[in-house]
Amino acid sequence: MENQNYEHISPEKFEFAQKDAYIHDEKLKTKSRGFFADAMLRFKKNKSSVVAAYIIAFLVLFAIFSPIISKYSINDKDNVYTNFAPYIESFALGKKGIFDGAYVLDSQSELQLTALNAIGQETGMNPVIDILGTKETTEIYRGKERIKYTYKVEVNSYFMVGNRIMVLSYDEFDQIQKFQNETGRQVLYPIVDKAKVYPRVKDLSTIPDNTNIWYVCTDNKGTAKVDKNGNLTPAYSTDKAKEGAEYYSQRIPGDDGSYIYSLAKSGSVQVRVNYYNYYTFKNGHVPEYVMGTDTLGRDLFGAIGTGARFSLVFAILVSAINLTIGAFYGAIQGYYGGTLDLVMDRICDILGGIPFIVVATLFQLHLAEKVGVVPGFLFAFVLTGWLSMAALTRKQFYRFKSQEFVYAAKTLGASDFRLMFKHIFPNSIGTIITSCALVIPSVINSETSMTYLGIVNLSSFAGTTIGDLMSQGQAAMTTSPHTMLFPSIFVSLLLISFNLFGNGLRDAFNPSTRGTED
Amino acid sequence: MFKYALKRIALMLMTVFIIMCMCFILIRMLPPVPLQPGDPHTEVLMARREAMGYNKPIIVQLGIFLKDIFTRWDWGISDSLYYGQNVWSIFVTKLPASIIVNLYSIIWSIPVGIALGVFAALKKNTWIDHTISTLTMVVISVPSFVYAFLIQYFLSYKLSLFPFLMKGGTDWFSKEMFISMVPAVLSLSFGVIAGFTRTTRAELTEVLTSEFMLLARTKGLTKRQATVRHAFKNCMVVIVPAIFGNFVGILSGSLIIEKIFSIPGVGGLYLNAINARDYNIFMLDTAFYTVIGLAASIIVDISYGFIDPRIRMGSKK
Repeated sequence: MENQNYEHISPEKFEFAQKDAYIHDEKLKTKSRGFFADAMLRFKKNKSSVVAAYIIAFLVLFAIFSPIISKYSINDKDNVYTNFAPYIESFALGKKGIFDGAYVLDSQSELQLTALNAIGQETGMNPVIDILGTKETTEIYRGKERIKYTYKVEVNSYFMVGNRIMVLSYDEFDQIQKFQNETGRQVLYPIVDKAKVYPRVKDLSTIPDNTNIWYVCTDNKGTAKVDKNGNLTPAYSTDKAKEGAEYYSQRIPGDDGSYIYSLAKSGSVQVRVNYYNYYTFKNGHVPEYVMGTDTLGRDLFGAIGTGARFSLVFAILVSAINLTIGAFYGAIQGYYGGTLDLVMDRICDILGGIPFIVVATLFQLHLAEKVGVVPGFLFAFVLTGWLSMAALTRKQFYRFKSQEFVYAAKTLGASDFRLMFKHIFPNSIGTIITSCALVIPSVINSETSMTYLGIVNLSSFAGTTIGDLMSQGQAAMTTSPHTMLFPSIFVSLLLISFNLFGNGLRDAFNPSTRGTED
Repeated sequence: MFKYALKRIALMLMTVFIIMCMCFILIRMLPPVPLQPGDPHTEVLMARREAMGYNKPIIVQLGIFLKDIFTRWDWGISDSLYYGQNVWSIFVTKLPASIIVNLYSIIWSIPVGIALGVFAALKKNTWIDHTISTLTMVVISVPSFVYAFLIQYFLSYKLSLFPFLMKGGTDWFSKEMFISMVPAVLSLSFGVIAGFTRTTRAELTEVLTSEFMLLARTKGLTKRQATVRHAFKNCMVVIVPAIFGNFVGILSGSLIIEKIFSIPGVGGLYLNAINARDYNIFMLDTAFYTVIGLAASIIVDISYGFIDPRIRMGSKK
C-alpha cells in the first residue's frame, strides 16, 4: 500500500455527496401479495378444485334457471304421464334414439303387439319404436305343437297411453272441437261399440274395458280379426241415439259421417280422447319433459331445480348462522379460558352427544306445528351444527391470544371485544372460511337424508326436495330408473364438487403447505 | 391411563344422563298417542300409563322412569307399534339384523380399505395414487342411498344376482340370508372402504417421510422391511382406534340402508317408532344411539393410549 499523507487537505476540496439528492430505499420491483390473493393463486393451481368450482357454478345456475326454463311449474301435475321417461317430440318423431320416452316391455305376445300397433294405426302415433328381440317357445295346444312368439318391444310410453275415456262438460267438448278445427290435431276419437268389438261374446261385462281396442276381435281375448290385406276392421259405434252432443269438427279418415264422437251422460258427455292431443289442448303445447316425469307427474327437470334451490339456500343459511354462533361462542371460550371455558366446553359435549337424527325428530315433533316445518328443521341444524365451528375458533384463539401483537394492543388500551374481533379473529378467518365450504355439503347431505327418510316433510313449503324426489324414485326404480337417476346424479355431483372445492380451499388457506407442492 | 379412562367414562355417563333427561322431558311434553277406545289393549295400556305417571308432573314421571330403569331395567311398553309389549324385548330382537349386516360389511371393507391406502401411499404422486385418492374423495361424498340405488338396479334388477330386499326370518347364518344381505352389505361398504383408504394413505405418507424411516434405511433395511416393521406399525396407531370405533358403530346400524333393503334392524325400528308416535321405543332408541355415539368416541380416545406408548393421556409422571 502506498504511504499517503492526508493530513493537510484544504476544505475547498470537499463537496457534498448528495446534497440535493432524494434519499430513498430501492422500490420493490414485485407486487406485494395479500393473504387472500395468495390463497387464490394457490387455489388456482389445484386443477380439480377449479373444475369443482365450475361444476358448482353450473349446478347453481341449473338450480336457478331450470324451474324458469321448464314449461311446467312445480304444481303442474299430470296424473297420466307419471314416471315417464324423458321426451321431446322432435327427437321422438325423428327417431333419434334419445328423448323418445322409451320404455322396454318384456315378453309381449303377438296379441299385445297387435294392440300396440293398432294404437299407432288409429291415432297415427305408433308407440312401437323398435322390436328388440323375438323369442320362440313351443307349446302344446289341443294336442298339437305350435310355435309361440314373444317379443321384447321398445315403446314410446307417451304414445302408448293412446286413447282414454273421459267425461267432459259440454263447454269443454265444444272447445276441443274448436281446437281441432284450428290445429288439425285429432283429440276426439269415435266411441267404440263393445258389442261390435266382440261379436262372439254374449256377456260383455266379463271382458275388461280396454279403451285402445277399436277393432273387431274374433274371441274374448282380443285376437284381432284381420282381412286379406292385413287391415283391422273398425268397430265404432254408429248409434246416433246415444250421442251426447253435436259433433261438427273434423272426422277421422274412413268416417262416412256416421260415427258418433260422444256418449250422453247426465249434464256432460263421455268421450274417447287421444290423451297426447288432449294434453296439447290442455297445456297449449305438446309434452316436453327433458328429464322425464316423476311419480306425481311433474316435470323432473324443473322439480330437481326447485329442490336444489331449497337445498342450496338452506345450506348457505345454516352455515351462515352456525358460523356466526360458533365464532362468537368459540371466541369467548378461547379468549377468556379458565373455568368459563370448561363450563362452556361441557355444554358443547352434551349437545354434541345428542345424535342429530334425534334432534331433528324432536324438533319436528315439537316445533313443526308452532313455527313451521322449515324453521323447526333449521333450528335442529343450528342446535348442534355450530359446535365444530366453535371448537375451531377456540383453537385458533388459544393459538393467537398470547402473541405479542395482542399484548401490544392490550397495552394500548383496546377493549376485550376489540381484541377478540379486530386483532385475533381475522387471523383465524382462513380456517373458518374453509370449514364453511365443507359444512355446506354436509348440510345438504343431512337435509337430503332426512327428507329421503321422510322424517321431515318439506314439500309443502319448498314444492319438492331432492330427498323427496329420490325416495319416490326409489319406489319406481325398476320401471323408470330415470326418476332416481337424475336426482342422484345431481346430488352426487353437488356433494363431490363441494367437497373437492372445500379441500382445495383448505389447502390454499393453509400457510404451512405453502411452497411444498412445487 | 386407568384414571383417565375412568374419568372419561364417568363424564360420559353424566352426559348420557343429562341427554336422556332432556330428551325424556321433551318427549313427555308431547301429547300422548290417543288410544283406540274399545281395543282390547287399551285398558292395559291405560293402566300401564297410569303406573308410569302420565297424569303427574313431568319431574315425577322422570323419577318413575329412572327408577324403573335402575331397579328393573324396564323401559316401558310399546304404545302403538307393538301393543303392550315390553320395549326392551322388542329392541333386543331388532339388534341381530343390524349387527350382522354391519359386521359383514366392515369385516371385508377394513382390510380392503387399508390395502388400498397402503398401495396409494407407496405409489405416492403417481397416477395410481391420484386415481385412488380421487375415487376415495368421490366415494366419500356420494350419499349411501345412491349406492343402494345403483346396486339394486344393476345387481338385483338387471343381473338378478341378489334379491331386492333382505329375507325375513331369524335364520341369520343361512346361505339364503347371506345372499339376501349382500346388496345391503355392499352399499354400506363403500363409505367404510373410502374412509379407511383415506386415513391410511394420509397417515402412511406422513410416516414414510419421517426421519426414523431414513434411519431404518440407513442401517441397511430394505424398503419393504422398513415399511412393514417401522412405518406400518406407526401408522396402526391411528388405524386401530378407527377400527374399534367402527366396531362400536355397527350396533347402531344405518337408517337409510335399513329402510331401503327393509332390514329388520334398529334403524327401521326407529323410523317406525317416529311414524307411529311410539314414544317409549323412541326414547330407548335415543338413549341407545347416544350411548353408542359417545362410547365409540371414548373407545377411540382410550385405545390411542393403549396402543401408542408415546401417548399416555392423563398420566402424571
